[in-house]
Amino acid sequence: MWRDHLTEIIVFTALFLLVSAMGFVAARWRAPRDMAHLDEWGLGGRNFGGWITWFLVGGDLYTAYTFVAVPALVFGAGAMGFFAVPYTIVIYPLVFLVLCRLWSVSHRHGFVTPADFVRRRFDSPVLALLVAITGIVATMPYIALQLVGIEAVLKTMGVTGESALARHLPIIIAFAILAAYTYQSGLRAPALIAFVKDTLIYIVILVAVLWLPYKLGGWGAIFDSAEAKFAASPNPNDGILLNANNQLQYVTLAFGSALALFLYPHSITGVLASRNRDVIKRNMSALPAYSLLLGLIALLGYMAIAADVKPLPGATAGSSDGNTIVPVLFDQQFPDWFAGVAYAAIGIGALVPAAIMSIAAANLFTRNIYKEYLKRDASPAQEANVSKITSLVVKVGAVACIVFLDPQFSIDLQLIGGVIILQTLPAVALGLYTRWFHRGALVAGWVAGMSTGMWMLYQIGNPVTGRKHFAGSAFPLSEFGFDTKKTIYVGIVAVLVNLAVAALVTLALRAAKVADGVDGTASDDYFADEGDPRVTPGSTRDADAAPEPVA
Amino acid sequence: MAAPDPEAPQTASSRAKDHSPWNWLLFIPIVLPLITALFNADSPRILGFPRFYWLQLAYILLGVATTTLVYQMTKKRGDR
Repeated sequence: MWRDHLTEIIVFTALFLLVSAMGFVAARWRAPRDMAHLDEWGLGGRNFGGWITWFLVGGDLYTAYTFVAVPALVFGAGAMGFFAVPYTIVIYPLVFLVLCRLWSVSHRHGFVTPADFVRRRFDSPVLALLVAITGIVATMPYIALQLVGIEAVLKTMGVTGESALARHLPIIIAFAILAAYTYQSGLRAPALIAFVKDTLIYIVILVAVLWLPYKLGGWGAIFDSAEAKFAASPNPNDGILLNANNQLQYVTLAFGSALALFLYPHSITGVLASRNRDVIKRNMSALPAYSLLLGLIALLGYMAIAADVKPLPGATAGSSDGNTIVPVLFDQQFPDWFAGVAYAAIGIGALVPAAIMSIAAANLFTRNIYKEYLKRDASPAQEANVSKITSLVVKVGAVACIVFLDPQFSIDLQLIGGVIILQTLPAVALGLYTRWFHRGALVAGWVAGMSTGMWMLYQIGNPVTGRKHFAGSAFPLSEFGFDTKKTIYVGIVAVLVNLAVAALVTLALRAAKVADGVDGTASDDYFADEGDPRVTPGSTRDADAAPEPVA
Repeated sequence: MAAPDPEAPQTASSRAKDHSPWNWLLFIPIVLPLITALFNADSPRILGFPRFYWLQLAYILLGVATTTLVYQMTKKRGDR
């Protein structure tokens, strides 16, 4: 019952209202000359310094869903769930140089989305459209999942109801407030709120990792009780260490997820909002602080085992909702007021990425669908307006996904999202380095990679839950005819197929002398920095491009 | 910063290009965390953490150290 959790609810609500107020005030923070421009609404003026970028990108990549789902995975499967740690270590050195190139070329040409870059680089509206649609489709379920994070918290506080509407009313209200201040303040809102969110998360996790082991008999005892639980379970693939069959999956999942992360439109939005190349490079060194946090959060899963936490029941009878283990752990172990702070951290943690993701998806729609296909001569003010409205539509869609569909559907889609966003790697990431690929070949590669990925995901079943399709991302190599029990991450295989097809078709199209369009970027563009002038290749668009923001 | 400058040939260009031998260091924190043989074991435990956990958490520090070093060594001379 919710009455038992009154203190928690009051603390949660108070903090939630505080950040909502901040969201509205954010429009006046670092006030722009003219908010009616996509550079202002959608990229915060392209002028964020090191600290803001750190909080913004950190708050963006390490989402509420991560904080809830990763420990749930560790709770259920053990070592396999720890893949999030190597994943977020590998990512930063991997993109250290790549993102600087993307920032520079975007700065030079005023690009707002990765599809803008592809459009200019490969002179191909089709390829840009594919990249944009891939980005939107991959982002939508991710936004819906943020709601799953909030719901896990609300459920633990006993805020539930009999009817579907009553049960979902709190998140509908929360998202309505979020939509309103995102509409008004754009990217400035999540940037400002991220300060509160991350401060709360850091406090909560530091207290949790110092206080809980003390209460639970020390780290050694925590790992031992986890080991005992997995030894008793019938699943051969759980345990506090990896076994011979899931190491390949662990490595390919970590590496594939790392490749995918900065292809997501919302991470690129965070990066493009930074002031200069230096800010990005310094952040690549400083963002791993969040990885340490994530590693410790993952271990909350083991603490929940040691504390004998039982997850709350799920949506269908007899099932259990693994995502509730962290909120339940806090509820059991912390005083009420501090549990309230922890819940607020998770709840607000959902708002920051949800805002950035909806802005990123809206920017993709505006720049690469609306402006490309519906209204070619849209003014910057019209662009900003379309983006604002689209961001509302995107949020309504996300809420509808959770209210009307089984949340499991969003979780499946998000799993697919990682695989499909990887298929933009050749055009976006490799495209930053080479124009060797033929634009037609990149389209062919995208189709091949996408089909391979979908086919593989369709084949994956889970005998434990009885699902036959889309039950995970670990593809058994025996399906390819290998005599082994090893599994591999679908995304890696799909992107390799994508690359192979793109390379072969490039050779074929070159041999057939098919026209390859004109590269609208110069090699010097990839090193441009703050203060370098923007190019003005077309009179229609760039004549009214934003003046260079003065730092 | 009067660090030993490995980028001498670059002075011809007014702009800091991406090329620097220091960048090769970035491969270390990309490759090491992906070799499971190095950390997939229980012993030795440190503060109760099996090797699987403390070593991977330690790789975070390795990643930070490497990216910081590469950043410091490749940033433009006279930059702030």
